Amino acid sequence: MTNLEKYNQAFIDSFEITEDQLAGLKYQDIPAWDSAGHMGLISALEDAFDIMMDTDDIIDFSSYEKGKEILAKDDYGVAI
Amino acid sequence: MTYEEIVSISPYSLSKAEKEKLLTERLVELTKLHQENCAEYANILESLDFDVDKVQSYKDLPFLPVRMFKELELKSIPKEEVIKTMTSSGTTGQAVSKIYLDKNTSSNQQKTMVKIVSEFTGSGRMPMIIIDCPSVIKNRAMFSARGAGILGFSIFGSKKIYALDDDMKLNIEELKAFLEKYQGQRIFLFGFTFMIWQHFYKELVRLKEEGIVFDLSQGVLIHGGGWKKLVSEAVSEEDFHQRLKDVCGLESIHDYYGMVEQTGCIYMECECSHLHASIFSDVIIRNPKDFSECGIGETGIIQVVSTIPESYPGHSLLTEDEGVLLGEDDCPCGRMGKYFKINGRLKNAEIRGCSDTYADKFK
Repeated sequence: MTNLEKYNQAFIDSFEITEDQLAGLKYQDIPAWDSAGHMGLISALEDAFDIMMDTDDIIDFSSYEKGKEILAKDDYGVAI
Repeated sequence: MTYEEIVSISPYSLSKAEKEKLLTERLVELTKLHQENCAEYANILESLDFDVDKVQSYKDLPFLPVRMFKELELKSIPKEEVIKTMTSSGTTGQAVSKIYLDKNTSSNQQKTMVKIVSEFTGSGRMPMIIIDCPSVIKNRAMFSARGAGILGFSIFGSKKIYALDDDMKLNIEELKAFLEKYQGQRIFLFGFTFMIWQHFYKELVRLKEEGIVFDLSQGVLIHGGGWKKLVSEAVSEEDFHQRLKDVCGLESIHDYYGMVEQTGCIYMECECSHLHASIFSDVIIRNPKDFSECGIGETGIIQVVSTIPESYPGHSLLTEDEGVLLGEDDCPCGRMGKYFKINGRLKNAEIRGCSDTYADKFK
């Protein structure tokens, strides 16, 4: 799987949504992406990419697009 | 002043005068915001003949009894923007507070909590043991204070397990495997005081008698929720610390004081066993007779102010707790700000009179 596929799959599995819902998706846009769903998504991404995110980045992770920027940082080095 | 600016300040870095200036500026802004956007709040201010432009210090601002959030649906945002309603913990049949959150206030609560707790645990995340049962966070739209506490602190957990099952029995095997897997690492434990005592500590004691010992000497425990039930079992804070240490080696233990009406601004217990106010919030101890400010060492009713709430008018509240200010800016732990202790809840009858009659006036 490419990084993009893994990234998308984490959202799809965590929130039980389809790929066409991903673009533009923001925290709290759908009931599944609430604060509990958020921690589930973070765990899924951490497992998928074998990383551990900082608390600040977990808080900043506010949308599908923002998440890509965060993972691309040097701390994690996951280019999507 | 925006909350972004406030939350970037180090939590225990401001002296009394600097903090008073910051709090006054922000809390006056919040008072105006809620006056404009919450009709019930505006009515309350009007009935008090309150003029926000005459305020010299945040200590002059009116405080709402926390009970008002049980009587009235107080919010300063349109219904469509509410993303979460938090409720206080209450026994069955008892009215609960309802706190309405929008995206912004909810996110600021989480940011603030992380800033405060990181001062005690470090910002790194750790394997986490939640001393509670998983069913607490099942109902996601209506969070209880207990569920919100667990979720809020979960951000510090890298891998997490619930130590208890839904019958509140200790998951002995899972716990054993978890501790073996993360042996030698710092472990974060979180739970509510009474649950820890009843379902964790007592079980560890029983297991120890059978020869099964858990080593939590690398652990840091944060717990909250009040001592009321332990006081009735005659367990003091010192006992709690000492006996947990004896049974599993756990030494780093921090109590916290906080309430669902001001989520995010928690008051953490430092290494000197003092509860501390961060720059994001404050406590003012009030004389129960005339609500004047008590001095150091005088017992009174606790007023809490928080710089966070934008979606509901809960930035200045009178709690139903009694406490004592121990000092300001000079705790031996080195943190600035007030430090204090909680004596317990006020006797119900004493506050019900004034709170209920107060709330009834505005229906």
